[in-house]
Amino acid sequence: MLPELSLNVLDIVNNSIRAGADLVIIEVRIHKNDDVLVIKITDNGRGIPEDQLSKVVDPFFTTRNTRKVGLGIPFLKQAAEISGGNFKIESIPGKKTIVYASFGLTHIDRMPLGDICSTVYTLLLANQNIDFLYIYEVDGKEFQLDTRKLREILGDIPFDEPEVAGFIRDYLNENHREVDGGLSF
Amino acid sequence: MKSLEELKAIRESMQAQMGLRKEDSNQTRIVVGMATCGIASGARPVLMALSDAVQEKGLKNVMVTQTGCIGLCKYEPIVEVIEPGKEKVTYVKMTPEKALEVLEKHIIGGQIVKKYTISEMMK
Repeated sequence: MLPELSLNVLDIVNNSIRAGADLVIIEVRIHKNDDVLVIKITDNGRGIPEDQLSKVVDPFFTTRNTRKVGLGIPFLKQAAEISGGNFKIESIPGKKTIVYASFGLTHIDRMPLGDICSTVYTLLLANQNIDFLYIYEVDGKEFQLDTRKLREILGDIPFDEPEVAGFIRDYLNENHREVDGGLSF
Repeated sequence: MKSLEELKAIRESMQAQMGLRKEDSNQTRIVVGMATCGIASGARPVLMALSDAVQEKGLKNVMVTQTGCIGLCKYEPIVEVIEPGKEKVTYVKMTPEKALEVLEKHIIGGQIVKKYTISEMMK
């Protein structure tokens, strides 16, 4: 298990990157009335063949040859299920993959969301050849960070120029606070 | 809500400057392993520390990036330093502090920090 759901997100998105995706959509939605936290990651990578899709939740299945286990998806599935939530993965080979996990928001065994801003910031800066759309919502109030819009403004100025990186970090942190009122989930 | 307007102002002030970072063959790459094994052992703060320090120190020809699992899970977090024309150096069991030491001594100072390298660890 990973100690923060934000680390699961970082991990699952790395599957998308390895699948050759050039657009990854990360959604974190919290609905207090329904007592649910939902994480959904959609990518346009090469997808998972039908015969492998049921195997990816098996810790002893991996397509790597560097090691014999693949714990990323099993970790997320377990984290969802022990909190009374659900896990789902769907894929259309050649088109897209959707990983969906829901969690019991107030369930005692739910891992904290943790530092999701750092996860998104890290992904953006270390994978500048990929576009990301990040959506954070609490009870209908949401904000989005779309790297395609950043690029429209920035042209060829990279994200790791200090002024730009500082802006991205502030944009994430401030808008997060705006959406959740500074509560940590 | 903070809007993207501010970013436009940043772009305008930056376009006046010269010497933006470019991807080219003279670039040093610092690569952090970011698969499940790396993440579980603390790769995210290592990458954040390196990225922040590279920005702070204004190292224009250094790029911090990430990769998957290279098969040495028990030595994670792993940081590889790839300098043009030189052999790749693999640092293991990194922490933000050790990574900053590597940045200071190796990337800036040109001296490999032997005690943290994989070859030293495997002795």
